[in-house]
Amino acid sequence: MSATAKDTIKDGIVARRLIYLAPILFFVVVSGYFLWGLNPERDPRVLPSVMIDKPAPEFTAGPLAGTAVPGLATADLKSGQVTLFNVFASWCIPCRAEHPFLMDLAQRGEVAIFGLNYKNKPEEASAWLRDLGNPYTRIGTDEKGRIGIDWGVSGVPETFVIDGTGRIRYRHWGPIDKDALERTILPLIEELRG
Amino acid sequence: MRRGLATILLIVLAFAAAPAGAVNPDEMLDDPVLEARARDISTGLRCLVCQNQSIDNSNAGLARDLRLLVRERLVAGDSDDEVRAYIVARYGDFVLLRPPFKPETYFLWFGPGLILALGVIGVAVYLRRRPAASAHGFAPLDPEEQARLARLLDDEDGLAPKS
Repeated sequence: MSATAKDTIKDGIVARRLIYLAPILFFVVVSGYFLWGLNPERDPRVLPSVMIDKPAPEFTAGPLAGTAVPGLATADLKSGQVTLFNVFASWCIPCRAEHPFLMDLAQRGEVAIFGLNYKNKPEEASAWLRDLGNPYTRIGTDEKGRIGIDWGVSGVPETFVIDGTGRIRYRHWGPIDKDALERTILPLIEELRG
Repeated sequence: MRRGLATILLIVLAFAAAPAGAVNPDEMLDDPVLEARARDISTGLRCLVCQNQSIDNSNAGLARDLRLLVRERLVAGDSDDEVRAYIVARYGDFVLLRPPFKPETYFLWFGPGLILALGVIGVAVYLRRRPAASAHGFAPLDPEEQARLARLLDDEDGLAPKS
């Protein structure tokens, strides 16, 4: 048998063997998809925000009656300082869960925290802040939820990190916890301060 | 007979009722044309809270806000596409229940066709590669087998049980 004929046979055998790899490949692809889909850490309700890297929407929100802090407008987000923009409501249970983290952050004084009081009765919101403490240096009221829609808010709480030029750099969906704060939000604030 | 008629009437009436959705009368526009357009747009917009419902049949607060917003934009003179673009600018393509046709979604739209084409090619290759003989299910008998078959058929004792 010539060398070339032998090679042809060999090539044929290799090609046939490769077919046996197909189910393994199929398994890897499918199980990879399942691992992603069934990962308990992944919350399918969290949607990527289209507002990232866009300038904060234009809005002017009046102050929350019953609190001492002023209202909030787009211009306040362009102060040259990194700010947190937190959408909250007294009727929202997860807001209560994230509140201590905001208080802690406010006490450290590293970053200004602005609040948007979303679809909330002013007297209930101000009572809530009196009870738990007020971490915000400015609060705007959005009783109709229109400002929230302009920010692409789909539920409270949501927190945006705004750079000094008033551009949205990050959105956190759901309550802030220790992990989110230490792993993502604080490092990002550091980075934006540069 | 009367019961039969009543049953038929009941069924007809049940199906004649228009699907009401979650639209409250106070949200509706007075202009029936604009209202019809609003309904049409709303049924194609996803509720961000209960994600597999349209805002037209979701009772979530945000869905109601978006329904009102859609109607406001229509009254302000926006076209249907402008209203959709307005919502998409805030919530992204995900808010559209019918995904748009653009490079990011080509795989979504062409994927099933692509998989079908791959399957057809696979079957065609398999059928062409299959040896001709096996197409009949049997390979033809070689002379030795022919001879053995003849022997078996001739020799009654070879097959019949011994009596």
